[in-house]
Amino acid sequence: MKKRVLALALTVAMAGTMLTGCGEGGNNAANSNTSSSDGGKVVKIGVYEPASGDNGAGGKQETLGMQYANSKTPTVEIGGEEYTVELEIVDNESSNDKGPSAASSLVSSNVSVVLGSYGSGVSIAASDVFKEAGIPAIGVTCTNPQVTEGNTHYFRICFLDPFQGTVLANFANDNFSAKKAYILTKLGDDYSTGLGHYFKEAFTGLGGEVVEETFQEGNSDFISYITSAKNAGADVFFAPVSTEAAALIIEQSAAQGLGIPLMAGDTWDSNVILNAAKGKDVEIYVTTFYQEGGNEEFDNGIKEWINSDSTAKSNNGGDDTIAAVTAMGYDAYYVALEALKAAGSTDAKAVNEALWDVTYTGVSGEIAFNETGDALRDVAYVKCANTETGAWDFVAVQGVN
Amino acid sequence: MDWISRNLPYLMAGISVGGQYALIAIGYTMVYGILRLINFAHGDIFMVAGLILVYSATVLPMYIAIPLMIIATVFIGFMVERVAYKPLRSAPRMSIMISAIGVSYLLQNLALYVTGGLSQQYPAIPWISDTITIFGTTTKRVTVITPFLTIILVVILVLLIKYTKIGMAMRAASRDFETSQLMGIKINSVVSMTFIIGTFLAAIGSLLFFTNYTGVTPTVGAMPGLKAFVAAVFGGIGSIPGAVIGAFIIGICENIIKGLGWTTFSDAFTFALLIIILIAKPTGLFGEKATDKV
Amino acid sequence: MSKTKKIAWNVGLIAALLIVLFILEQVMPSGSMLFTVLKKGAIYALVAVSMNLLNGFTGLFSLGQAGFMLLGAYTYAILTIPAASRASVYQYYDGGIINFAIPVPLALIAGGLVAALFAFLIGLPVLRLKSDYLAIATLGFAEIIRAVFQWDKLGPVTNGSNLLKSFPTFRSVLYPFIVSGICIALIVMLINSTYGRAFKAIRDDEIAAEAMGINLAHHKRLAFVISSFFAGVSGGLLAMYQTTIQASMFKSAMTYEILLIVVIGGIGSVTGSCISSFLFIACSEWWLRFLDNENFYIGSFHVPLLRAGFRKVVFSIVIMAMVLFYRQGIMGTKEFSVEAVYNFFKKKFGKKGVKEAGGTNEQ
Repeated sequence: MKKRVLALALTVAMAGTMLTGCGEGGNNAANSNTSSSDGGKVVKIGVYEPASGDNGAGGKQETLGMQYANSKTPTVEIGGEEYTVELEIVDNESSNDKGPSAASSLVSSNVSVVLGSYGSGVSIAASDVFKEAGIPAIGVTCTNPQVTEGNTHYFRICFLDPFQGTVLANFANDNFSAKKAYILTKLGDDYSTGLGHYFKEAFTGLGGEVVEETFQEGNSDFISYITSAKNAGADVFFAPVSTEAAALIIEQSAAQGLGIPLMAGDTWDSNVILNAAKGKDVEIYVTTFYQEGGNEEFDNGIKEWINSDSTAKSNNGGDDTIAAVTAMGYDAYYVALEALKAAGSTDAKAVNEALWDVTYTGVSGEIAFNETGDALRDVAYVKCANTETGAWDFVAVQGVN
Repeated sequence: MDWISRNLPYLMAGISVGGQYALIAIGYTMVYGILRLINFAHGDIFMVAGLILVYSATVLPMYIAIPLMIIATVFIGFMVERVAYKPLRSAPRMSIMISAIGVSYLLQNLALYVTGGLSQQYPAIPWISDTITIFGTTTKRVTVITPFLTIILVVILVLLIKYTKIGMAMRAASRDFETSQLMGIKINSVVSMTFIIGTFLAAIGSLLFFTNYTGVTPTVGAMPGLKAFVAAVFGGIGSIPGAVIGAFIIGICENIIKGLGWTTFSDAFTFALLIIILIAKPTGLFGEKATDKV
Repeated sequence: MSKTKKIAWNVGLIAALLIVLFILEQVMPSGSMLFTVLKKGAIYALVAVSMNLLNGFTGLFSLGQAGFMLLGAYTYAILTIPAASRASVYQYYDGGIINFAIPVPLALIAGGLVAALFAFLIGLPVLRLKSDYLAIATLGFAEIIRAVFQWDKLGPVTNGSNLLKSFPTFRSVLYPFIVSGICIALIVMLINSTYGRAFKAIRDDEIAAEAMGINLAHHKRLAFVISSFFAGVSGGLLAMYQTTIQASMFKSAMTYEILLIVVIGGIGSVTGSCISSFLFIACSEWWLRFLDNENFYIGSFHVPLLRAGFRKVVFSIVIMAMVLFYRQGIMGTKEFSVEAVYNFFKKKFGKKGVKEAGGTNEQ
């Protein structure tokens, strides 16, 4: 018995060493913005976002936008009554098999509407769970067409990959007169595969040539891919992948002297990329939903909020650069409030009906839904990473034509 | 010349990653040699070593952070053996292997908790992180250093095992665990020493690996860990030179396969190699003859 | 207890369980986590029992379960996606090359058969290996299968590495219970047959078993193929539960989870595997979720340390403690049965006269 107690104590001690050995950043004080209400009526909004895994960084930034919006507007008037809005946050772990369970836990806590997710695969994976429960979902930055296709409960407020892929292909063609593109996508990632596919379609449509390669989950060695891109004589390196892989690609392409521009979609619009690129010899171009400086009031407000809350700051990657996904999360929250107001009830079915006609002018532009539930968006911002200052430089506003 | 500068990067990446696998594989092969245990947690200790440096480098200067990282990693390796494997030494082999899987699960989840699930940027280490040019290809200095450092460490280790008392005890224990106990060898200290050496090399390996591939995530150790194990089996489990050669072969082949465009199968190839060697020559390239594998 | 009485009891219990589930489903809100846990638990129970058949009853340490589940899940999904939805699912491959759909039960069985076929082929070389070498070889095969299914060239059949979706799913919690129940009953019947006794003999001592005239290669292959068949069926069920599947779900981490379920339940106990799979799923998906909530208060006390991921840390410490201090698991090698309970109570309350009937139903 003594031995067992000893061994148990050792287990705990071992866990303890790990925690103290590398545990700063942890143990933060709580967020003040999800405090429960006292007595008043409550409406719950589910937040279905990744907080860990591949897309954890982006998911956290997107959630920040919603939390900030919630702290600014914590109540909503539904059918003449004042309701307190509670955010019910779950972590879908960026994984298509953990996602549905996280979604079920949202369903079981009776949310009226769901926001999310960052990443298309997890959104598609959880779609049926929401559908069966009759709960509408508002996709924030899931750009794959399949998210909203063929259903009536999934909406989205961002642009789609066929659009984004075309924008990127046009940009590569116009600005770099690129004739050959190297496309690197991640296996089993719907966002990555989808955007790669649409870019290829658009780029070959412009008379270009592509070389496609894929990498496995958990791969961290990109040197061979970078060498292959060089050997193929590509003019641009297109890598629509998660920020986790992106940081590795940037680092290794700088070390290998890749020498051609790196291009990517909305996932790369993150301070993870800026930090990885800072001081390195790389050229990075991304398309995105929002350009910092687009709305002064929002920018200043959220910066102040992030700087005043240590958890929020560490969730934002340790600085106050505003990611486009944060702005999108912010807008998504208000779209949800508009829908609740229009529905005049917290009933999920009524909210779903009301969503079709919601229009809202957010910080990222006008939002209205078409017949598949997609936002009507026709512009994307192109940004370039400034490797000296570690910030984004605005390049162009680009449409399809 | 052009051909060389086109294809040299694949080879260099392969040799360098092979050296890193080799440093991990030695830990597997030594532990297996003595305890007949596939230490599934070894790859995760490699990951933990990376995380420790990430965090310690934010508050400490590099010349303190690196030794501290090595000491902390060795300590964790030592504790894992004491807590999770020692109590099960008389239990069936399956129990101890399950315990190893449990430790791996625990380490990954702890790392997930501590990092908040985000990839951590590995700090740049002076000198070895610098970019250099050889034969017209640019790369990091670590790529060139790794194979040499690996070989130096392996030579030291082999000498240690051959000419010191503890080395002799290790060889005895791996030949026959029970009898060596009867001969008065303090088996616990031999096993601990094995784990200490194994984790020390894994810590060095993690330093080299993450300098090249600078993202540390909770699951980053799993694949290199498995591949290093395959390398150990390929070279003949229990044989240190075998593990090193196996690791270099796997590292190089993997990168050549990627270079040929068969990227989907770069991981699968490693396992195919494992199965082929297990079926064709179960003792591996340099394994002992007498064994109970088949 | 007489044999007929025993059967009657068991049938009664199962019927009672199903009725309880049916009633629960009528009265509880359908979104409750309870149903999520019950559905997933039932599926994991089946795959855990199938793994137990190998690891616990035959003594073959295989870590290929995730690979066989992948085969079952893909076979099921590929064969049942309605022809009308194929164009949207196989959007990058012009609708794929398969243009028919077969009924669900047939597809589940087909999933099992494909897994069994692969197990047969894989088993030819690897079953000669012993203990941890077999484990690592099967693990390797699972990884190879996963890579092959993600291969772009097979895209018209497997949809490459992309999601498969739109196939028929179940809504009622009774469905996975009935399918898993039938499969587990078949496995139990196998274990109690001559084959089962041969398996156990192999587990206990291979050389002795061979000396007793048991054909080692044949029986090992049989156990491997049957176990894989049921892993395949459970893969199909998992696909139905998840509503979408993808090769990248079936990582070795999944096999480890199943292995831990088997260990916690007790290696060599079918009922143990079933109980522990429900407990495991409930803990990991439901009961411990509050640990991830940063703002958890007991009264006005703000509980420290809680934040995303803490649930998993606690969970893995519990598992480690189980593995170290409670090695025989919940049930050890015993089985939960009506007879055991009956005898237990008899022993406790009716001490006089029935002493000779005491003891548990040891396997």
